[in-house]
Amino acid sequence: MLPLAFEGATKVVQAFLLSGKEYVCLMQLHEDMAEQRIRDAFAEFAGEIFQRPPLRASVKRTVRRRTIYSLDILEIDGRRVLFKVSCQAGTYVRKICSDLGEVLGCGAHMSELRRTRAGPFDEDRNLCSMYDLLNAYDHWKIGKGEEEFRAIVRPMEEAFEFIPKIYIRDSAVDAICHGADLAVPGVVKLDQGVATNASIVLMSLKAEVVALAKALMSTEQIVEQDHGIAAKTVRVIMPPGTYPPLWKKT
Amino acid sequence: MKRETVAKTEADTDEALGHNPYSRPMSLHIRFGIVNLDKPSGPSSHEVVAWVKRMLELKHAGHGGTLDA
Repeated sequence: MLPLAFEGATKVVQAFLLSGKEYVCLMQLHEDMAEQRIRDAFAEFAGEIFQRPPLRASVKRTVRRRTIYSLDILEIDGRRVLFKVSCQAGTYVRKICSDLGEVLGCGAHMSELRRTRAGPFDEDRNLCSMYDLLNAYDHWKIGKGEEEFRAIVRPMEEAFEFIPKIYIRDSAVDAICHGADLAVPGVVKLDQGVATNASIVLMSLKAEVVALAKALMSTEQIVEQDHGIAAKTVRVIMPPGTYPPLWKKT
Repeated sequence: MKRETVAKTEADTDEALGHNPYSRPMSLHIRFGIVNLDKPSGPSSHEVVAWVKRMLELKHAGHGGTLDA
């Protein structure tokens, strides 16, 4: 699966590039190997690992430390091992396979790979084929209604389902769109669990994403305080001018 | 997981400004949309993005990163 984002939403996907990924991978061993030895080798690769990116990589080939959140064998069929891995962004699964081959002493390579989750995007949610997407678009274009297209193409706001949000006044929106930080008086309501330095999303009262931000106060502090900067704007998503500018110009 | 929301104050929003994400007109909906695509295994992510962009007549499109293979 591949999350795609259109035009104004492209910055949203960038925000998830650094989030964890989950893959299902098929590994091919180069010699027969006892099942228990395979399982023992896999156990060594859960947790922190050191990894040098493979020869054909899109990053500098220095040894990097990566966290493998989970590594589970789904099926072993002779020399073929099907497994599921959940890992930090920037982990090369191809390399996990060849390194497993080294540990086992028989050699191994990755033969197939499928991503099953990237940040908030997973296989269970509105997964559609290229064919579905183009069909829905054509149907809308020829006047068959927009419901089919809206069921497939989702508002970018859905990507932020699990991130704490702060809802701000209409009058604060345009200042944020111009890159200003959020001051406490601009806050109307907010989610529990906003923590200092955590990534959060600033939302309009209509639940539109305004910007990605970093919290400078916790939920409790923001509720109690009557002044100060609540959050630092990191990335503006909403185009300026959507709401009118209401701050004082000097 | 659903987060509890706490109120700090009361305020209204002007219905004339912006749009609820689920009632954006189609011209805006498509410009602020995301798709969870079941990518065929042949073409590269880059190619898929280029095709979708052309077929949906979009100015820009991006994808959620390379498969870290």
